[in-house]
Amino acid sequence: MKWSQIWVAYLTIVRKEITRFTRIWQQTLIPPVITTSLYFVIFGNLIGPRIGDMEGYRYMDFIVPGLILMSVITNSYANVSSSFFSSKFQRSIEEIQVSPTPSSVILLGYVTGGMARGILVGVVVTIVSLFFSKLSVHNVFVMLSIIFLTALLFALGGFMNGLFARKFDDVSIIPTFVLTPLTYLGGIFYSIRLLPEFWQGVSHANPILYMINAFRYGFLGISDISLSTSYTIIIAFSVVLFLINLRLLNKGYGIRS
Amino acid sequence: MTAALKIENLEKVYTNGLRALKGIDLEVNEGDFFALLGKNGAGKSTAIGIISSLVNKTSGTVKIFDVDIDQNFPLAKSYIGIVPQEINFSVFETPMQIVMNQAGYYGINSRIARERAQRYLEQLGLWEKRNDISRELSGGMKRRLMIARALVHHPRLLILDEPTAGVDIEIRRSMWEFISRINQQGTTIILTTHYLEEAESLCKNVAIIDNGNVIENTSTRELLSRLQREIYVLDLHQPLDRLPEFSRGKWRLVDSTTLEVDISKEQGINGIFSQLNDNHIRVQSMRNKSNRLEQLFLDMIDSSSDRKEKRL
Repeated sequence: MKWSQIWVAYLTIVRKEITRFTRIWQQTLIPPVITTSLYFVIFGNLIGPRIGDMEGYRYMDFIVPGLILMSVITNSYANVSSSFFSSKFQRSIEEIQVSPTPSSVILLGYVTGGMARGILVGVVVTIVSLFFSKLSVHNVFVMLSIIFLTALLFALGGFMNGLFARKFDDVSIIPTFVLTPLTYLGGIFYSIRLLPEFWQGVSHANPILYMINAFRYGFLGISDISLSTSYTIIIAFSVVLFLINLRLLNKGYGIRS
Repeated sequence: MTAALKIENLEKVYTNGLRALKGIDLEVNEGDFFALLGKNGAGKSTAIGIISSLVNKTSGTVKIFDVDIDQNFPLAKSYIGIVPQEINFSVFETPMQIVMNQAGYYGINSRIARERAQRYLEQLGLWEKRNDISRELSGGMKRRLMIARALVHHPRLLILDEPTAGVDIEIRRSMWEFISRINQQGTTIILTTHYLEEAESLCKNVAIIDNGNVIENTSTRELLSRLQREIYVLDLHQPLDRLPEFSRGKWRLVDSTTLEVDISKEQGINGIFSQLNDNHIRVQSMRNKSNRLEQLFLDMIDSSSDRKEKRL
């Protein structure tokens, strides 16, 4: 295929993915907004004032970046894992398989679709958060790059989940038993400096901690982790996941007999 | 003449140990209308799956218009259009979206894709339904949609895996006409079907796969010429009480107004009528009992099974 044809194939997959999640917006865009709004009301408005300041900021202001990023993480991941698995289940993935579209383009197309949903939900949640918090932006570049890279990383993770999934239950196992606990323990609601030294060390093994702290730095200018470490970890995980996914896709894992 | 498809020593062993293909060789010439026949589980769909990259081969070579799939699969795939046995599109999309997306996967820009989608949806009687959710289409419409989708990138080789399964006779006939037209315009066609009259009336060449082996690969005409006997059914004008004593052929009285006769190729059918005249029996109509290719197919499969049993 020529580059221009590859570009058309890529745009086709992206358009198809975006059409899919916007068609079912009641299931894809509204629920995360409602969930995060509840977090804002309960943790920010009701419990927050009793907690007091966190790292020199109102508790509500402290948790907003983490909650935005949490919605980006869960939605980028869920979009790709469920969409790719549905394509396998309905066998509509064969439409792309029989075509000359390269595996890398299939992967990038699905991942871009997942990123689009994650970032779109992130933007909507950010708008909702303005009703509860006066958002200040400390570093736009850090904020945008981290949201982009985090969406990329978790869309890649979702793709791998979709490849391995053999039944619908398999799509929800990782989000329920891995992603949600790691996200909650990744410092959305607290600074890890509040934890005993041992648990601070354990928290450093959680990759989501690096993303949330870097993202919070973009808004508030505070972080428990150095920015360079955060970028290195997010990029390294993304590269590794991309390569593994590409290898699996080339071998036809989960999609070819 | 260029081979549209050339398969050499193709083998497939699934992870559960099943040897679906046992080193088959097959060649389909450009422009051919080729039937690939076999029982369920014979290996047809595995072979088609390998050609279209849905199944990994274990060994052997596959060339599509001289392009080896191991050397340049994307180019080889660009030559193929496939209509699978089972519905494999997103039922939540519209026919227009499905055909347009397929064009996009082949790198066709949206203007050309839209023109082609309109042309094929119109030709296949789906234009009125272009914006309906595909889930709401009838079975026949879904099958025609898959044909439109397979044609949108103008493939040189169209593979139809039981395209008319479960389709009513009227739509089946119109699909035959459409597919024949596509073949006449130069597209090579490989057809698998369980309706053997379909293969007999449409296909120039036939291969029969049984138990992972190609047991026959020849022209339809040559294959039919091997038919040694035929069964005719005769509808009688007047009922008969008992079967008269005919001198030649095997006769059966199916019911009081229906006779059946087995005749060998050498006998010809004139002899039937002379015997009927001798017995003052008037015939209202006459037809073949079974499809000729079907008879041959069953004979071949039976003899292949017999050989296998003997080997065991």
